[in-house]
Amino acid sequence: MSTALVTDLTIFVLALLVGIEVIGKVPATLHTPLMSATNSIHGIVLAGALLIGVTAHTTVGYILAFVAAVFASANVVGGYVVTERMLKMFRRKAPEQNAEALNGHKGLKGILSRAGKARSGDSA
Amino acid sequence: MSGFEGSIQLVYVLAAALFVFGLHLMNSPATARRGNQVSMTGMVIAGIATLILLIHDGTVTTTGWIVLICGALIGSAIGLYAARTVQMTAIPQLVSAFNSVGGGAAALVAIYGYINSESQAGGVLGSTTVFTLLDVLIGSVTFSGSIIAAGKLQGFIGGQPIIFKGSRLLNVVLAVVAVGTAAFMLTTASLPALFIVVLAALGFGVLMVLPIGGADMPVVISLLNAFTGTAVAMAGFVIGNWALIVAGALVGASGGILTKLMADAMNRSLVNIIVGGFGTGDSAVAVAGAVDAHVRSIAADDAAIQLAYASKVIIVPGYGLAAAQAQHGVGELAKLLEDRGIEVSYAIHPVAGRMPGHMNVLLAEANVPYPLLKEMDEINPEFGRADVALVIGANDVTNPAARRPGNEISGMPILDVDQAKSIIVVKRSMGTGYAGLENELYFDPKTSMYFADAKKAMAELTAAVKTLVA
Repeated sequence: MSTALVTDLTIFVLALLVGIEVIGKVPATLHTPLMSATNSIHGIVLAGALLIGVTAHTTVGYILAFVAAVFASANVVGGYVVTERMLKMFRRKAPEQNAEALNGHKGLKGILSRAGKARSGDSA
Repeated sequence: MSGFEGSIQLVYVLAAALFVFGLHLMNSPATARRGNQVSMTGMVIAGIATLILLIHDGTVTTTGWIVLICGALIGSAIGLYAARTVQMTAIPQLVSAFNSVGGGAAALVAIYGYINSESQAGGVLGSTTVFTLLDVLIGSVTFSGSIIAAGKLQGFIGGQPIIFKGSRLLNVVLAVVAVGTAAFMLTTASLPALFIVVLAALGFGVLMVLPIGGADMPVVISLLNAFTGTAVAMAGFVIGNWALIVAGALVGASGGILTKLMADAMNRSLVNIIVGGFGTGDSAVAVAGAVDAHVRSIAADDAAIQLAYASKVIIVPGYGLAAAQAQHGVGELAKLLEDRGIEVSYAIHPVAGRMPGHMNVLLAEANVPYPLLKEMDEINPEFGRADVALVIGANDVTNPAARRPGNEISGMPILDVDQAKSIIVVKRSMGTGYAGLENELYFDPKTSMYFADAKKAMAELTAAVKTLVA
């Protein structure tokens, strides 16, 4: 067994343990965004897909590189965007119906809350 | 490892560290969004490092660049469109689809690696062959299995467990062929054998998910998520890339934890679920009429009176609520009650919805503040103080029969809804839930049944409460 392989295995085992430790603390409320976030993290396979390009000089190589690049980039981009969309909806307080009237005098905050509302409206 | 490769590898370590830190920030809804952004930063860094590596290497042909750039642009466009337009009720399908393409890409990386090294002198056999084969196996199973899972969730394929004569035998045969051929390839390099492994693994993935019923979907999605992570880690071993190894391990750990949580919440072993579901799958067919004499049925007005004069109400949402798209109606009703000074909270069972935590996202979409969303262990002691428990589209997870031995759901953790002073159940009919079991809660003298579609019921209740208050 080569040194490189031993190093790789060590990293794998340690990362697994870190993962169990960190993810065990995520509350059930966030389990869907968590899975979606880890979904986007495994989109790192895009790096692997791109590296096919280094040695791909045949038609078969190009096809595999292309399909892998499509798959992995859909995974990584879609994963982050949908996670962000979900997490944006988690609020500590319910948005006030008349937030504009209440916050109007606070200038920037009022504008921000209105902008936030317009944005959350289009995703509904 | 040259100095240049070493520095690129260090940048990958930085990206991996950002993934871990991003996940760490997800332990609270208040910081979760920042966590996702931190993780995204890690991904961008890893992407740039890879591009620098490609440019520095200088062996990528013009065609190669065109292929990679077009692929990345097309894929990004698809991902972006899907992520922007998906309905929150359809998130499980989308997650499944991303699992599928992630696993597929990981398998392709290994397949390419194998083909490429076979064409070169020195042959295929090396210390990474076992990882190549594991990647191909796991990645292919994930790819086809996740497509089936997404199809089932989307309704392209029936939600019911699909079992045909000999399907289990065929599945065992496929598994033996896939693993057997892979084992053979450890000692003998053979390209045709690789394709046998791919095809058998793809077939196994299909047959593994087909027999699994709708309500077991949270477990299946979590499991496939763990598979994708593992496949990506294996791809990392194949190409010797630490970022893939760490990211894959993190996802594998997360998927594994969620799989166990979901299986525990349904009181079923993973083997039991994989081998095939009991019951009939998705929300039992509505059998109208035949209401038992012991069941008390009420109308919107009576239910509204109970709610409007309560001081503490606990809402128990289940998949029926999501299926009827009633989450906004619930949010509106709850807001109305809160404005009257009534304490409203939500009791969320771990398997409410079609993936872990799905119900929380649906309620967050309906503007329910997250501090009101209570986990099972947190809310159960509170039912005794609740004047009304409003059960909407949840069934088995409220059945007190789970506390007794000797039935299908014995030992399953449930919400202690029967401890509330009174209970209102919104349900289309007396149809049984996924376990095919009569819910004893409905026959409790404290329980009133309000037979209606969840969405319609919420609108009627809201109107009735408004009239009452005015």
